[in-house]
Amino acid sequence: GNLGLGRPALPEEVAAWDKDVRPDGLGLPEGSGSVEDGEMVFAEVCASCHGDFAEGVDNWPKLAGGMGTLNHEDPLKTVGSYWPYLSTTWDYVNRSMPFGNAQSLSNDEVYAIVAYILYSNDLVEDDFVLSNETFLDVELPNTGGFIVDDRAETELALFSQEPCMVDCKETVEITMRAAVLDVTPETEPQAAAEPAEPAEEVAVAEPAPAQEAPAEEAPVEVAAVDPEMVAAGEKVFKKCKACHQVGDGAKNRTGPHLNGIVNRVIGTGEGFKYSKSMAGMADEGAIWDDEALHAFLENPKKYVSKTKMAFAGLKKEDDRAAIIAYLQSFE
Amino acid sequence: AGDPLITEVQPWAQELGDGVDATPYGMPIEFESDVVRRNVEWLTADTISSINFTPIHALDGTITPQGCAFERHHSGAIELRKEDYRLMINGLVDTPLIFTYEDLERFPRENHVYFCECAANTGMEWAGAQLNGAQFTHGMIHNMEYTGVSLRTLLEEAGVKPEGKWVYVEGADASSNGRSIPLEKALDDVLVAFKANGEALRKEHGYPVRLVVPGWEGNMWVKWLRRIEVGDQPWESREETSKYTDTLEDGTSRKWTWEMDAKSVVTSPSPQAPITHGKGPLVITGLAWSGRGAITRVDVSVDGGKSWKEARLAAPGQDKAISRFYLDHDWDGSEMLLQSRAIDSTGYVQPTKAQLRDVRGLNSIYHNNCIQTWWVKESGEAENVEVS
Repeated sequence: GNLGLGRPALPEEVAAWDKDVRPDGLGLPEGSGSVEDGEMVFAEVCASCHGDFAEGVDNWPKLAGGMGTLNHEDPLKTVGSYWPYLSTTWDYVNRSMPFGNAQSLSNDEVYAIVAYILYSNDLVEDDFVLSNETFLDVELPNTGGFIVDDRAETELALFSQEPCMVDCKETVEITMRAAVLDVTPETEPQAAAEPAEPAEEVAVAEPAPAQEAPAEEAPVEVAAVDPEMVAAGEKVFKKCKACHQVGDGAKNRTGPHLNGIVNRVIGTGEGFKYSKSMAGMADEGAIWDDEALHAFLENPKKYVSKTKMAFAGLKKEDDRAAIIAYLQSFE
Repeated sequence: AGDPLITEVQPWAQELGDGVDATPYGMPIEFESDVVRRNVEWLTADTISSINFTPIHALDGTITPQGCAFERHHSGAIELRKEDYRLMINGLVDTPLIFTYEDLERFPRENHVYFCECAANTGMEWAGAQLNGAQFTHGMIHNMEYTGVSLRTLLEEAGVKPEGKWVYVEGADASSNGRSIPLEKALDDVLVAFKANGEALRKEHGYPVRLVVPGWEGNMWVKWLRRIEVGDQPWESREETSKYTDTLEDGTSRKWTWEMDAKSVVTSPSPQAPITHGKGPLVITGLAWSGRGAITRVDVSVDGGKSWKEARLAAPGQDKAISRFYLDHDWDGSEMLLQSRAIDSTGYVQPTKAQLRDVRGLNSIYHNNCIQTWWVKESGEAENVEVS
């Protein structure tokens, strides 16, 4: 049945959304990137989660190593040890990474990152260049390690026997208990929610430190947080949420939690391991005032060289001002 | 003296309650505030790319309320307005098409109840009893009534070319979650859904439009569905190679393990739902489902699988939907090793953990549909255990 609904998709629309790449190379754009370039791009946009050598940070995925572990207890599954097709790596990096800033990489950068991941897995030499020309030459070690679902042959008949109803076994012993491990979250009934304290009250209770910012930075605006700006800032903060928490119960994650960040000494979030450059600013007593926050948020790597923060920056002044207002609403 | 709740006039019998304008969209009463989704913090690096669990221990019936139905995102739950929604069909079709949300509403509509289970449900239990509660061991599941348009109808509108054998379905969020689905399934019972349990999908379940892939693993139920591409080969995306594949003992891995095997769990009593009333009449209840058909029978054991009794199904089983079972039991106050065992319309009988491990080893993570054991103690408290 043809209802005549919808409209034809324009070629440029299909091109904008159809970015997927198949193992046979279908969909792969022209471009190239070297291991050397990849190392630099990786350090800038990937390493904060995946480590400088693709070894993974905290619970974030390891991208390298694990060869020969698939038949061991707790196998380590990485691009090198497990992924069957290089196209999958290219496609995923291209469309879904970096986490929190997807689809921001150029084709050459994606080629370079994938080349570096191959190098981290000892699959190519340090002078290797990955391009649409060389792409199909690379075969990953575990390409042959997969079989199509065989449950129909190996399980279904076995698990379709007439079930036993009585005298099915003589004894039953407990062989393992979950309580011994004690990894279950607490689930005590929650107390009825307390009414949240208005943000303004919080701001009043804690007198803001004297502003060192230049006069043209309009200290009035800083003193009274504009609820509209805070709301706008909450939206912009989505760009930051992959790494930073703020608000009740905020914890340090990839980045430090940001409660009380405004007008605090730089690099002094409790329990967070800062870069050396950020720690150095802490020793100098530099403050996250309006000016410093604007400068850092506009171009993080320019303001704090070698900061761990892998974020390109907020080019719009309005966005930065909104974020600062938003952060200011959290003591 | 009589019960003061009866003999004395209570405030609620004297004073006035809320007016009809108090809650234009209602939330559960505050006394039920513990019946919520929960996550397990150590499972993932971050809550944005993570999963939480349906409080199945505290629910009854079969339909999961949207507000407590588990969520799994790879780049967070996005906000996408209906007005900004576009669905593209491209690839090996006669005419690549773009639909708006309004367009979708003009296609013939269908209603179906289906369960959605994450392939990783019960995955933390492969190597041994680990999490202490039905919510955490079996809560990556929900069961809703979906309203939408069959994918077949949309594909027919674009016209699938004869060489088309697969479709690639992709979400609009930053994770670009995408999966390859064989055309045969796409033309069978897959639904492009925009309502669940009568109302719009929730943000966390893919508002305004998600894919429903009955009986198959939850990762394929792409949320914020934005594109359907027809091709002649599978795409081998990240989620169908590096994830959602099942590694066997010898290190080879199964791929394309789409169907969810028959499975059941006793939801009460269970670690988060202990017996508090002492011996005597006890309602043992739980959920059963199968990705290959309807549940036809559920057996319950109170002695760790030595003997079994057929439980009562609350209603005849429906294809690829959850069934509720009950065993009305006279508890003598002694310890129980409580188990349930589902049987589906293909004759498949839910296996024990030992049976599964014999075939698959210990490293499979996904697709653990083994029989679950709760050790109910004399106190009425229960614990997740494994038995011989």
